[in-house]
Amino acid sequence: MISELLINAFLVTIMLSIAIALIKTRTVIFTVILTSAYSLVAALMFITLDAVDVAFTEASVGAGISTILFLAAMAYLPKKEEESIRSEFIPALSCIILGGILIWCSYDLPEIGQLTAPIHQHIAPEYIKGSKEDIGIPNIVTSVLASYRGYDTFGETIVVFTAGVAVLALLEKKNAAKKNKSQPKQKIRKNA
Amino acid sequence: MLQKKINLNLNKRLEKMHNNPILRISTKVLFAPIILFGLYVQFHGDFGPGGGFQAGVIVASAFILYSLVFGIEAGKKLFPSNINLILLALGGIIYGGVGFVSMLLGDEFLAYNILGSSPQSGQHIGILLVEFGVGLTVSNVMIALFNAFASYDKIEEK
Repeated sequence: MISELLINAFLVTIMLSIAIALIKTRTVIFTVILTSAYSLVAALMFITLDAVDVAFTEASVGAGISTILFLAAMAYLPKKEEESIRSEFIPALSCIILGGILIWCSYDLPEIGQLTAPIHQHIAPEYIKGSKEDIGIPNIVTSVLASYRGYDTFGETIVVFTAGVAVLALLEKKNAAKKNKSQPKQKIRKNA
Repeated sequence: MLQKKINLNLNKRLEKMHNNPILRISTKVLFAPIILFGLYVQFHGDFGPGGGFQAGVIVASAFILYSLVFGIEAGKKLFPSNINLILLALGGIIYGGVGFVSMLLGDEFLAYNILGSSPQSGQHIGILLVEFGVGLTVSNVMIALFNAFASYDKIEEK
């Protein structure tokens, strides 16, 4: 119990310091790297909650591939963010009020892992029993993701597909436009 | 003007990276194990943590590492972009296709029980195919996104 508390306190401290550093930094590459570090700490927190599948996804997608994509897109951005001229008082106040409300509400939440909590009473027992008997797969997460909730995962796949196609359509169109523009220039150069 | 300067610096750094023997050799050593790990995560998702999404990202990261170290052109030679686009769509088609096959066999959309001789084996086949579709789409979308971002401004420089 004490060791769990210590680990959680350690992770929350790291997360908090990364978040403060993220607010303070104005260099784009530090922002990208700090976001990646934040994802990695979040993955560690998911492991302490025994959500290994979520931790794996967070580590590979949040800390891995999105950092690479940010870095690839970063080459076309200016190196430094501009300083904001607006006062930071109202955003800070609204954040503090919202955070206070959330912390206040969290006292009403059932304890983590409590069996009598409403979320463990609804359909979760059926999934836990059915995963072994109906589907025959030891990993309940996979059986929920691919079989019980197959429609949702189909939607997710289509969302990923659509997002990829949309970005490709935007960038390829611009690339093609630039190609058309730059071709006459090259001809002129050759003639000269 | 600033944009051009950044691009020039980037090109110089990239050239340095492409000629670095440590990066080149370690990429060649790591490439196959990363893909093997991706396949393990893909097909071991029934028994341990993992599945199509994670495996797709891991496999994509191997190809992205190759393009980062050896250049976009070499990456496109290894994995041509027209195949990439076909596979990107094929993943979703496989997922939807499993649903339609189970419909044609007389059950509901995405009900896997009818796919095998027993309900359990049907579920196994269905989940394996569906996860494969997810992995295919995710990995190819990631590779396509990286290629699109990385080769975005190349034409202007020429």
